[in-house]
Amino acid sequence: MNVRGDFPVLKKNIIYFDNGATTLKPQIVIDAMVDYYSNYGVNAHRGDYKISYEVSHMYEETRQKVKDFINARDEKEIIFTKNSTESINMIVFGYFKHHLKSGDEILLTKSEHSSNILPWFALCKEVGCKVKYIPLNKEYEVTIDNVKQCLTNKTKVISLAHITNVIGDIRPLKDIVALAHKHNILVVVDGAQSVGHIKVDVSELAMDFLVFSAHKMCGPMGVGALYGQFEYLNQLKPITFGGGMNSSFDIDGTVEYRSLPHRLEAGTPNVAAVIGFKKALEYLETIGMDNIHRHELELRAYALEKMGTLDNVIVYNKKASSGIIAFNLKDVFSQDTAFYLDQYNICIRAGAHCARILKEELKIKNTCRLSFYFYNTKEEIDQLITALKMSKNIFNKIL
Amino acid sequence: MDKETKRAIILDHFQHPIGQGLFNDDSYKKVNINNESCIDEINMMVKLENGIIKDVRFAGEACAICTSSTSIMIKLLLNKTIDEAQEIMLNFENMINEKPYNKEILKEAQVYDELYKQPNRIKCALLPWECIKKVIK
Repeated sequence: MNVRGDFPVLKKNIIYFDNGATTLKPQIVIDAMVDYYSNYGVNAHRGDYKISYEVSHMYEETRQKVKDFINARDEKEIIFTKNSTESINMIVFGYFKHHLKSGDEILLTKSEHSSNILPWFALCKEVGCKVKYIPLNKEYEVTIDNVKQCLTNKTKVISLAHITNVIGDIRPLKDIVALAHKHNILVVVDGAQSVGHIKVDVSELAMDFLVFSAHKMCGPMGVGALYGQFEYLNQLKPITFGGGMNSSFDIDGTVEYRSLPHRLEAGTPNVAAVIGFKKALEYLETIGMDNIHRHELELRAYALEKMGTLDNVIVYNKKASSGIIAFNLKDVFSQDTAFYLDQYNICIRAGAHCARILKEELKIKNTCRLSFYFYNTKEEIDQLITALKMSKNIFNKIL
Repeated sequence: MDKETKRAIILDHFQHPIGQGLFNDDSYKKVNINNESCIDEINMMVKLENGIIKDVRFAGEACAICTSSTSIMIKLLLNKTIDEAQEIMLNFENMINEKPYNKEILKEAQVYDELYKQPNRIKCALLPWECIKKVIK
């Protein structure tokens, strides 16, 4: 793919394999935000003058774009948030807090990101519901059979990452959602690692809630999205109150809230980021989500083949079908490996990657993670392999 | 101290750390610390007798800098009074933060005297010191 020139950071001669944390931004996204600050700079939704009206229009255009990108039915089903974490918190405390009761069960897995576990833990403390973990198979994946065996008449919600951020497995969402709906169970999908990497169609998958972040898909930091089927989203109560979300209020405390989506977007939003987000989505579309996924799988297969020839590399997720590889060097603490690769300007992430209870399944607490994106190349992987080959001298390099 | 010597000392403490391994003994104070900016984690147990550090043991998952720093710290602090330990600590922190410090008192811990050049590793080296501070403050 001939895209590397689109990303100014790549001129810095780094090999960036930490796309699971955030992706790099193409110049057109940066330009769109600079254009907003240079030529507009005013607030949205306050339009008694022309350029404010234009900004409001640009802001709403992104909503339309997000709606089309995930194939939602109505742009009112798209809420702009800060990020996936905020989106999940809104779903948990704005919707499920009012729909779950003591004893109700929430199904998660041990490979979820902390942002899809901690809000549920907090909710359980408040209302007395319970978290249960769907067992993972030998490849640390969720199977539909494992979901089935966890269902009880108390199960009210299943909340899962579409693609997990350490193992990188793609969950069989279509089957899970169908099964869940048959039992009147709602499904919350954390799309942080999926929406920028594979085609995600909320209508085809019949999703109830989906969350994702712009910055993990070439967009700016500071803006995320919450998709909810209108019927459910319309029952989601605001957890943030203030300007922009009410249509009137009075001294006696009566408040009338606005309709969706504005009711759930209190306060001045990150207008520049929302405008940049649209450019990112258009950019991804020109590349093509299928091409992105295919390229990541090619890189993954290539890297695994090469890593397989090294006797000091342990890979934990050989089967996963995304651009994520979790590994360790034998007898080396993951962070030392990351520091070592940094000497070669290779950026990878070490640690638990916010999936702190995955250790129960992996039997190891920390790993090194490679997460590829469409601008990565086989040549970069060659350089990684060369560095890994020479890693017998790791302590000469990092101490 | 030249780079080779420093590396040899760090590597030796990393591969053969002093005080590694915990056990059950109620005469020790136990303390845990996590590095909030990375993934190092140390559990430590410290035995104080009449204001003297009689023993320090540790276990943890940590990088080479953090593990070696723990071992070097234990070697330095064993059989020191709390006042002496605090003096050593202060000098160690000063060294790491590029302030004037007493080289004599730090002995092998001087291997980290250029760590300020790698700011992302400073917390790794400081972690065991912050951990023991919780016990001997």
